[in-house]
Amino acid sequence: MSGQLPIDRRSTYGETEPWRDPLQPPGDVIEPEPTRPTSRPRGAWRRALRRDWQLYSLAILPLLFFLVFRYAPMIGNVIAFRKFEPGGNLFGEEWVGLRYVRMFLDDPKFWDVFTNTLILGGLILLFCFPLPIVLALLFNEVRSRRMKRFLQSVSYLPHFLSIVVVAGIVMQFLSLDGPVNQILRMAGGEPVAFMQRPDWFRTIYVSSEIWQTIGWGTILYLAALTTIDEQLYEAARIDGAGRWRQIWHVTLPGIRPTAVTLLILNIGTFMAVGFEKVLLLYNPLTYPTGDVISTYLYRTGVESSSMSYAAAIGLFEALIGLTLILSANLISKRTVGTSLW
Amino acid sequence: MVTHQTTRGYRVFRVLNAVILTGVVVATLYPFLNIVAQSFSHERYILAGEVNLVPRGFNLTTYKIIASDPMFWTNYRNTVVYTVVATLVAMVLTTCYAYVLSKRHLKGRTFLIWVAVFTMFFNGGLIPNYVLVTSIGLKNTLWAIVLPNAISVFNLLVMKAFFENLPDELEEAAAIDGLNTYGILWRIVLPLSKAVIATMVLFYAVSFWNSWFTAFLYMSDAELFPVTVYLRNLIAGATGAEGAGAALGDVTQAASNIKSVTIVLTVLPILAVYPFVQRYFVSGVMLGAVKG
Repeated sequence: MSGQLPIDRRSTYGETEPWRDPLQPPGDVIEPEPTRPTSRPRGAWRRALRRDWQLYSLAILPLLFFLVFRYAPMIGNVIAFRKFEPGGNLFGEEWVGLRYVRMFLDDPKFWDVFTNTLILGGLILLFCFPLPIVLALLFNEVRSRRMKRFLQSVSYLPHFLSIVVVAGIVMQFLSLDGPVNQILRMAGGEPVAFMQRPDWFRTIYVSSEIWQTIGWGTILYLAALTTIDEQLYEAARIDGAGRWRQIWHVTLPGIRPTAVTLLILNIGTFMAVGFEKVLLLYNPLTYPTGDVISTYLYRTGVESSSMSYAAAIGLFEALIGLTLILSANLISKRTVGTSLW
Repeated sequence: MVTHQTTRGYRVFRVLNAVILTGVVVATLYPFLNIVAQSFSHERYILAGEVNLVPRGFNLTTYKIIASDPMFWTNYRNTVVYTVVATLVAMVLTTCYAYVLSKRHLKGRTFLIWVAVFTMFFNGGLIPNYVLVTSIGLKNTLWAIVLPNAISVFNLLVMKAFFENLPDELEEAAAIDGLNTYGILWRIVLPLSKAVIATMVLFYAVSFWNSWFTAFLYMSDAELFPVTVYLRNLIAGATGAEGAGAALGDVTQAASNIKSVTIVLTVLPILAVYPFVQRYFVSGVMLGAVKG
């Protein structure tokens, strides 16, 4: 299990495998000349098209989708360097160079939201990455199968709720007449308007994220735990290892590939902290701690129509994300030998 | 892990574990049960902060108020329509592409895979997408919700993995019997793939049912909102009385009540099917992730 991601390594070698055309009766197979299959690439393509045109035709609509809704917006990022007029050319009117980049680098507001993004992303990584591992280990110690299944079912539930519902639940839960303030009042404290307090935003955001993701996050670890060879535990016991040492020397190494893969993915999404949730939970009062890059560019772009400026910020964010995932992948490949591809 | 050691330390751990896991269950369900309790309670008790897990002053008034708001039902119907159409389109595109990608012999397959996988790591971003959808005139149409999210690469790779594991012999036999590629896909492969199709339909349907931002971004007409945007406008207090409809006489009085009821009604379909479909989700995630 070198890579846990569904990227199929075999694909690279697929073309060299001996192949027989399923569409042709075995008698008259049109075999490509085996001596020089690569020396005439154009001929090879023509043959492939003739043989598999029906398969290729199935790929047309999906490719169109990727082209229009995935790759065109990537190219659309050129508006970060071009003047853009609403209703005008999709790719902008004229080159303005790095004007918008310089603009956001000089914008103190940008650095505020940049810091907020780093802090929120860091907190999420700190809590939402390791906690599912802990929970999976605890689940793993439950003996009764039925109890285990019940626990899993309950803990997966929040994953299926719309983020709007989660935000609604958080707000009700923390409202002045909600359960948290009831407890505060019972303990003799003053009620707190949590959603209006910047100093509470990060705590609220991170705990609601834990609430929603911790259970679902255990799935892959639980799967990895079932693949650990029972004999390893026995061997460890014979060597006199207690429970903690068994966990340390057998269980944790067993789930390491999964953990590393998920860590790389988590680092890759570091900058893109739950945009939709922040958008739902924050309000002008909590901007000082809650406003992140993505919400800031949403407001400047969509609400104030400074498309080019917002696109420049968005491009910057996406490039950081790409860099992060590439370097995390490289580091893990060099150090623990696990990588996404 | 079968071990028969029962040292004292381990017994302590087991008790501790039971306590922690009970805590996890309570913490997971508590906020939710509180919402349900609020939705049935009288607003007097809610405002006094006296509703916890048991409804106080049980009544169905708020349910009736919401149920008599025509906008709520319009938006609810929109959610159903968007979910059905979007899931259908997504399934057609995803199945076709996954089938193509599952054919190892296909020339250019590696390229076709990377076209999809690359978008997992780098995407155009909010602004260019917004400009695109706006400029091709999809705003305030169903297609603004359906088309930009028509293929989830994760689902695509799950399906591809499934198709790859189907035995080749059946397809070869069908080819000998004279079926072309479309026929093989339709009559041989798809009937064998009911499990993965069910899983994918659920993945897509839940994500479309739950989505709100696309609609929030591209729909300006309240008649077109899905119910998630209706709920969002309630909790954001953005539109207050006029957003929730004129039927809601004293909105400020029953605000948290109304929110709770809307939350309950929004998640009800998900909760109703959840116990039956949960294992499909889990198996789908496994299928996608444990490969390679």
